[in-house]
Amino acid sequence: MAAVMPQLAPPPAASRLLLSGNEAVARAVWESGVRVAAAYPGTPATEIIESLARYPDLHAEWSVNEKVSMEVALGASMTGARAFCAMKHVGLNVASDCLMTMTITGAYGGLVIAVADDVGLSSSQNEQDSRYWGRFAHLPVLEPADSQEAYEMTKFAFGFSEQYETPVLLRLTTRICHVKGLVAVGAREAHEPPGFVKNPERWVMVPAHARTRIPNLYQRDETLRAVSEASPLNILEAGTDRTVGFVASGPAYMHVKEAFPNAPVLKLGFSYPWPPQKVRELAALCDKLVVVEETEQLLETEIKAAGIACHGKDVLPKMGELSPQVLGPAVDRLLGRPVPPPPPAAAPMKVFPRPPTLCASCPHMGIYYTLAQIKNIIVTGDIGCYTLGAGHPWNALDTTICMGATMGVALGIDKGRGEVDRNKRIIAVIGDSTFMHMGMQGLLNITYNKGNVTVLLLDNNTTGMTGGQATPASGKDIHGQDAPRVDLAKVVEALGVANERIKVVDPYELPILFKTIRDEIKVDAPSVIIARRPCVLIEDFKPFRPYLVEEDKCTGCGNCIEVGCPAIHVTRREKVIKPSGREVELAFVNIDNQACTGCGLCVQPCAPDAIQHVPRRDIPIHIVKT
Amino acid sequence: MSQNDITNILVCGIGGQGVMTATEILAEAAIAEGHDVKKTEVAGMAQRGGVVTSHLRFGRKVLSPQIEPGTVQVLLGFEGAEALRWSHYLKPDGLALVNNAKLVPPVVELGLFDYPEDPTGQMRAAGRRVVSFDAMSIARDLGEVRLGNTVMLGAIADYLPFSSEVLLACIVKRFARKGEQVVDANRRAFAAGREAVAKQLGAAPSENATA
Ligand SMILES: Cc1ncc(C[n+]2csc(CCOP(=O)(O)OP(=O)(O)O)c2C)c(N)n1
Ligand code: SF4
Ligand code: SF4
Repeated sequence: MAAVMPQLAPPPAASRLLLSGNEAVARAVWESGVRVAAAYPGTPATEIIESLARYPDLHAEWSVNEKVSMEVALGASMTGARAFCAMKHVGLNVASDCLMTMTITGAYGGLVIAVADDVGLSSSQNEQDSRYWGRFAHLPVLEPADSQEAYEMTKFAFGFSEQYETPVLLRLTTRICHVKGLVAVGAREAHEPPGFVKNPERWVMVPAHARTRIPNLYQRDETLRAVSEASPLNILEAGTDRTVGFVASGPAYMHVKEAFPNAPVLKLGFSYPWPPQKVRELAALCDKLVVVEETEQLLETEIKAAGIACHGKDVLPKMGELSPQVLGPAVDRLLGRPVPPPPPAAAPMKVFPRPPTLCASCPHMGIYYTLAQIKNIIVTGDIGCYTLGAGHPWNALDTTICMGATMGVALGIDKGRGEVDRNKRIIAVIGDSTFMHMGMQGLLNITYNKGNVTVLLLDNNTTGMTGGQATPASGKDIHGQDAPRVDLAKVVEALGVANERIKVVDPYELPILFKTIRDEIKVDAPSVIIARRPCVLIEDFKPFRPYLVEEDKCTGCGNCIEVGCPAIHVTRREKVIKPSGREVELAFVNIDNQACTGCGLCVQPCAPDAIQHVPRRDIPIHIVKT
Repeated sequence: MSQNDITNILVCGIGGQGVMTATEILAEAAIAEGHDVKKTEVAGMAQRGGVVTSHLRFGRKVLSPQIEPGTVQVLLGFEGAEALRWSHYLKPDGLALVNNAKLVPPVVELGLFDYPEDPTGQMRAAGRRVVSFDAMSIARDLGEVRLGNTVMLGAIADYLPFSSEVLLACIVKRFARKGEQVVDANRRAFAAGREAVAKQLGAAPSENATA
């Protein structure tokens, strides 16, 4: 956020607080005496560092990407300081290069990595099961089932990390991160780092050194498996009804308890390495064993490989969230019990979809309104609010893959295209935060490889999609304090774009924006158009006088609707026959002046000048910022 | 199932309407009454205009945070079509309290989908118990549209398994910093919300009504 964030005194020890999983992790990180906490925003993990930034006595930062955040945490751990980084599932893909070698060096100061899986894809481009990283990197995985456990396991993880010199993966899911529950909190314990010790065999990962340390990973797996067997985080509840027993971790445990309160359950809080002995004990207790896991068939496969018969994904869904209502009938069916049909009243009613929209006055509307009018282009996109340009009414984005991919994909299309695509112009769209996260390398690759791509760099001075976090180009740090402001035009030039091919435009100025894009796509050289206007979420955005539609002047052409602003509403539709004999549907509109913040975008395509400022005396008070 | 002593409340609306804050205050009231509480947050997508729901569950011990369809005692709808969208979450004898705001998304304005003619009417036709009222004009009559959320909380106050005073106290606590005038305005909005519902259900708000 651009606003300066107050650092309030944290609530005292022994309070019971209503905390989300994210807030609970943050509190535990602070109490554990952590000195460095780093992250790049990403749903559902963003609020961990956001809330940590309000605690005193630690360095919290927005890093430019997840890989850097992990490296920062590792560096801190090398000094013996306790360190933490947090990311969403796809963030760990970015950080994985660090992870896979960091596991060999191990941790010195307690080092915890929180990774949040967006189970059910509430706000992500894919669904991934981060528990795999525990196997791949030979790292212990902890899986809390609610806020209280998120707090406790985080506290446990730091000491554990130091004891076994291992980074610890704290695996969260959306239903942990964004669910609030009561948490009994404690006091902070300071943790003074013992100091960096020169030790090249450990910290300089060249083949000779890594080779001597890799056997440690296998040794650690064995040690931790024994620890897991005895761990109080892995609880075997004997239950009373032994027809079916469950192995469950994370939120899945709650679903099991709710649907089958009397069944035996092995709750895995320390889910990797998992305890084979305890699973065998459970299997011996019950007639059938069901592994309940989100999202992939991971534990189930490993348990079967250990020679223990079990069910799981043969009856449960392989993607999305589980719930007691999914679990109950699936297991009843497995047991051959009758499954009552859901009552008819419980069928959902048919209602139109309501996808997220760009905000009224969002500068991205100007970009997509313009792109929708240019023919013969391929537009590669990226991740952020501006991904919505792929939707209605613009339909102006042709690709979206992962952070920064717009650049590489655009160059690949340029180099790979055949004769059919020869006359098309290639435009790569990217947001400012995404550009600094992973787009700069891709742009350098375009200039180096002489690509013919026009880049639209949407500089709204923030990370809009995740709620408006500062970036190196916004001149603010995580606390809203001044920070050095990187000049995007200079960065772009340094990456090899010719000075005369760098244009800075205002996305609210449609004619200039249109002309600039038209001119630049004609040039056979990489060019970058920086479209600069603040996102409405941040302080730099100052609302303007709202507009209204003069009813008698509106001809129903519907041009303004094509801007895609949620403040514009159709009041009446009418079918008319044109002199040419063609039937057209007219749509007469008004503007909700409580929602309009006066960007003026819709005014520009209105030929009869029907869109006019609201008279000053009628301006709602709440939109005039002081 | 061990859901019997659990109260399920579903609050729904659109991003930016204040759904989360309202649920947060309801959660605080349940905590003040000594309940265990779980409340889902649907954050993320910063953009305005998407569907927002918040699940609130409280009781002796709450396990799963998710409310299942067909198990909601009270649905608090901030918008008509949204209340309709989630109405299958209601128990057969559940109660829907719906602000009859109509917020039309761009996909409807573009002519791609239709907005339901009469969302609460459709709910009633499906056999739901529904009370609808206009929280925003009630708030406007009190002189400040921003009181709309407190009107909504007033509306649900008599259909919780604890006294409306508990909820009111939580609201007062929130606004205490802003001075006596703001607190008073919120008290009035709360009372107006209670009355709007009571008028239609034909019962005077009783202090200890349970849902
Ligand atoms: C590797 C990875 N990290 C984080 C995210 C979460 N995320 C999605 S879009 C985005 C950034 C959006 O900011 P910006 O590029 O400035 O575009 P805006 O939303 O402001 O239009 C982030 C952090 C992600 N999808 N992938
Ligand atoms: S949050 Fe900012 S970038 Fe995202 S839609 Fe709104 S104005 Fe646009
Ligand atoms: S001026 Fe037009 S496009 Fe801009 S916010 Fe108002 S209604 Fe929306």
